[in-house]
Amino acid sequence: MGFLEVLTTSVNTFLPALGQTVRLAIVVLIVATILGVIFGLFTVSNVKVLELISKIYIGIIRGTPLLVQTFIIYYGLAQSLRPFGFQWKAIGGPFTAGIVALSLNAGAYMAEIVRGGIEAVDVGQMEAARSLGLSYGKAMQKIILPQAFFTMLPAIINQFIITLKDTSLISIIGIRELTQNGKILSSNAVAKSMPIWLVVAFYYLVICTVLSQVAKIVERKVSHRAK
Amino acid sequence: MQNKNIAERPVKISVKNLNKCFGELEVLKDMSVEVHEGEVVCLIGPSGSGKSTFLRCLNRLEDANGGTIIVDGQNITDKKININKVRENIGMVFQHFNLFSNLNILNNITLAPVELKLMNKEDARKKAMELLERVGLADKAESYPAQLSGGQKQRCAIARSLAMSPDVMLFDEPTSALDPEMVGEVLDVMKVLAKEGMTMIIVTHEMGFAREVADRIIFMDGGYIVEEGTPDEIFNHAKEARTISFLNKVL
Repeated sequence: MGFLEVLTTSVNTFLPALGQTVRLAIVVLIVATILGVIFGLFTVSNVKVLELISKIYIGIIRGTPLLVQTFIIYYGLAQSLRPFGFQWKAIGGPFTAGIVALSLNAGAYMAEIVRGGIEAVDVGQMEAARSLGLSYGKAMQKIILPQAFFTMLPAIINQFIITLKDTSLISIIGIRELTQNGKILSSNAVAKSMPIWLVVAFYYLVICTVLSQVAKIVERKVSHRAK
Repeated sequence: MQNKNIAERPVKISVKNLNKCFGELEVLKDMSVEVHEGEVVCLIGPSGSGKSTFLRCLNRLEDANGGTIIVDGQNITDKKININKVRENIGMVFQHFNLFSNLNILNNITLAPVELKLMNKEDARKKAMELLERVGLADKAESYPAQLSGGQKQRCAIARSLAMSPDVMLFDEPTSALDPEMVGEVLDVMKVLAKEGMTMIIVTHEMGFAREVADRIIFMDGGYIVEEGTPDEIFNHAKEARTISFLNKVL
């Protein structure tokens, strides 16, 4: 069986797997963005405790592989929390564990992007806002973050694409997303390995391309507002 | 101009023994100044003399290391006071304008009054348009800061400050970043404000302007007040050698 045959005959298993990958990615990107904004704000807060918390978080995530993080969260956490009645099964199984692992991972990188974006905004913007009587939070929300968003956008999109592809690592804990589906099909040995993995790659290429194109449109729409 | 008259007016800002350091560097040494209601004070002096730092201490953009700053009876060096509330009454105009680049001109002006719930959107918009009319920018309401010239930006920045109806206006070298042909339009707006009785503290290198509008000139050097007096006293009859040498260089 060649590439096209595999592509057409395996639609019934690949479409649900694709759905799983996309669902995983969407949830993770939302959670990671929220985490990124929170920890990014911590980093620039000038509050020592918050800075330290986010430094430790980012340091640990960046200093360890995603695969190991996933094992710690899925196997490690399950075992050490079992005495307290915790089970991944009770809260959605490996899918939830995958979301937690990937979100924590991508969140740390997003935090660095948010920090960079905020630091790139001229300090005069914050000073002007504060001098009018606006609080730090209001100034962040109305002036600094919207401006930072323009500069962060390319990096955010880049991180989205990386995270989207990182979902393939989560196959290891048994979520039947694209990569796991490829593994199952190739172990059935009806088809050869090569065409199966090319089909898997093809699906990733399609969703990454779609994401890039959407991102390009968004970027074009907001860029006329930037300075 | 009318010095006797001014000295009898209530004190608006009272600074006593203000000290400010940046690390090891002492920028302000024991500064004491009183500014009365409606007074226009111009701070002059060489770069690095502490003029801007002094101004930025007055609305706590810089934290003082010692001394007291009392604005309208409130000690703003006290950490417990609500500094945001105090800042609502102190307008500040910056050398580099600092207009909010993500907002159009109208929203630059209405943001603070609306967010701080001092006005509803409609009233804030009306007031903003009046102010833009006053500074000659009514036709730029929908433009973004990036589309304006330096002089226009600074006039808009003044309008933004005025939208809060402040009692005091601080100007930090408002014309230093402008092309020469745009300096006049900004100074004209400031002159009108001075005439209307706004209390103003202005850090400036525009000596002609200082001479014309100031009630009092303060000459600073090395973190001290070297000499202060009426424009006539400073520009025509300076006593201190450092004042004379500075004025000889800039006039």
